[in-house]
Amino acid sequence: MLWVDKYRPNSLEKLDYHENITKQLKALTQLNDFPHIIFYGPPGAGKKTRINCVLKELFGSGVEKMKTIQKEYQTPSGRKIDLNLVVSNYHIELNPGQVTTQDRVIIQNVIKEIAQTQQIDSTAQKRFKVVLLNEADHLSKDAQHALRRTMEKYSANLRLILCCDNTSKIISPIQSRCLLLRISAPEEKDIVNILNQVASKEGIKLPQKFAYTIANKSNRNLRRALLMLETARVQQYPFSEDQNVILPDWEVYIKNLTNMILQEQSPERALQVRGKLYELITHCIPPTLIIKTLAIELAQNVDNQLKGRIFQEAAKYEANLQKGNKAIFHIEAFVIKVMAIYKKYIIDMTKF
Amino acid sequence: MDLMLGKNKKSTKDKDDGKIELWVEKYRPKNMDEVSSQEEVVKVLRKTMETKNLPHLLFYGPPGTGKTSTILALARELYGPELMKSRVLELNASDDRGIDVIREKVKNFSRLAVSQNTNGNSSCPPYKIVILDEADSMTNDAQTALRRTMEISSKVTRFCLICNYVSRIIDPLTSRCAKFRFKSLGKESMKSRLEEICKCENIPYTDEALNELINVSEGDMRKSITYLQSASQLSKIEGSLTPNMVFELAGVIPNEIVDQVINVWVKGTSDEKMTMANNIILSGYSVSKLLLQINKRLVENVEFSSKIKCYMVKYLGKAEKALVEGADEKLQLLSLLYSEIHS
Repeated sequence: MLWVDKYRPNSLEKLDYHENITKQLKALTQLNDFPHIIFYGPPGAGKKTRINCVLKELFGSGVEKMKTIQKEYQTPSGRKIDLNLVVSNYHIELNPGQVTTQDRVIIQNVIKEIAQTQQIDSTAQKRFKVVLLNEADHLSKDAQHALRRTMEKYSANLRLILCCDNTSKIISPIQSRCLLLRISAPEEKDIVNILNQVASKEGIKLPQKFAYTIANKSNRNLRRALLMLETARVQQYPFSEDQNVILPDWEVYIKNLTNMILQEQSPERALQVRGKLYELITHCIPPTLIIKTLAIELAQNVDNQLKGRIFQEAAKYEANLQKGNKAIFHIEAFVIKVMAIYKKYIIDMTKF
Repeated sequence: MDLMLGKNKKSTKDKDDGKIELWVEKYRPKNMDEVSSQEEVVKVLRKTMETKNLPHLLFYGPPGTGKTSTILALARELYGPELMKSRVLELNASDDRGIDVIREKVKNFSRLAVSQNTNGNSSCPPYKIVILDEADSMTNDAQTALRRTMEISSKVTRFCLICNYVSRIIDPLTSRCAKFRFKSLGKESMKSRLEEICKCENIPYTDEALNELINVSEGDMRKSITYLQSASQLSKIEGSLTPNMVFELAGVIPNEIVDQVINVWVKGTSDEKMTMANNIILSGYSVSKLLLQINKRLVENVEFSSKIKCYMVKYLGKAEKALVEGADEKLQLLSLLYSEIHS
């Protein structure tokens, strides 16, 4: 088992940081009128962990007995969709991302099905069931509209918990029906703290300086920090004070790309970069992430005057990318634009 | 008086079977007089009800202004709770509303004649109502299919379309309906309603907290009630409702942070901008909300010249548009912070 899962807190009391939110959650579960909730925050901040804790607090350990079931739904046009659901007696988990364009049908069917049956188990602490929607920001607008009235109509025996990275893509009618809980990324010292705890539970020695390096490199993403620690442990143990933290290989790859772009700006180089970009895309690195990482890496390696330009171009091409559907064009356009800007800048510099 | 009794009865009943209810549903206006701050709409509707001849209706306005509540209250007054079930067909975006449904379900329902005076109640009007909630999410095809249906069946059926954006309803439909615009709720009427709820639910509150609640919810009654309900759960533990609690729940970005962002944007160094963007994203604040709040703060700001503000607002608009189209938050924020402001 990975450390990330092994040491995941499973009750509200064991949560480490954000004591305020924990207190709020505790209060919410105690009272009779539990609202719909949206958990939002950057990845690796502990949204999912908190949701699981809340569910356990609400329904007791029964929620941990989960099973997957397969269901078949039919769209109005007659197409059949197979869907894997993770269910317990008290809640049901949905990943609308699985079904992409047909998510509206799934939302309508699954949620209504659950909502129209009442909790039979009279010993249950709560009278409602919970539907957990992961990656709610990937729901299509249609599906979100479908949720609106459902949330009100079936509020007697249904509560929704949505989990998403940011609320920008959630339509405001849904936001106005939910309690928004922001889970911010843990501070570096929180991460170091947790790394130390895990290390002591595993019985390994963790030099403080190394712990700080990991926390720093993890971008305040706890999951990443723990994975890094585990990788480092496989790679070299006992740890040394200034051991190298292994970055994911795509990040190293993009770093190399950055160097390629800055070393030479020519059509030949653009062609080589294109090849590398294709490689990244075929390895399922999301195009947005490529542009973002590339822009940040580039900005770190150029003079201050250029940074603004680079970010503006990155933002522009990334926005274009969302509208278009062939990612490579937009990433490449961005790379070439950066090359042009950089070359012009170098030429201007040498003139004076 | 009747109403008061009705409410009390309901709340005790709720306690009995331990049923959990959202306040938004619990305090939905039960009749048209309870609909607050939409006086004109209510007045016109009352007049038309007296003549017993209701036109097709089109309600539009921002969320949480009482559109659905009004039509439900109207239907309840027209038919009473018994008849309502058989005389009203409510369809919303959670029901399938493709062209097939319009053709089959709506057409069949609207064709059926109504038997008059079923229970000797002479005030009962001789028509049924079809409520199409969230009509702006209906496909154009489905809307087109409605056109003739509305006319043919106008003898026995009235349609009520409800939407946020009237521009998304096709012209042929709007021209067949009497349009009613629901405006955002005024502060006073919101406050009085919230005070009422606080009293019913025994929540200790301060004036300040309620004012903040109203500011935060921007004229959306539903939002304010949802926040109130969540806040009340916390206030039971901490004793009283405070402005800070409201801020926390509504996910409002504290003004200090917004001011910092503005300062860094205008005067910050390159490194400061980078750290600021990182911090905002990692704290999980929603960038679109940040843009909105920056805009608000800018309007109040006296430090910068109008020209600078103009530039800033222009960039804000650009970033917001990109965000709506699904662009990445961090890149947009970086691009915004690094944008050059000519003074």
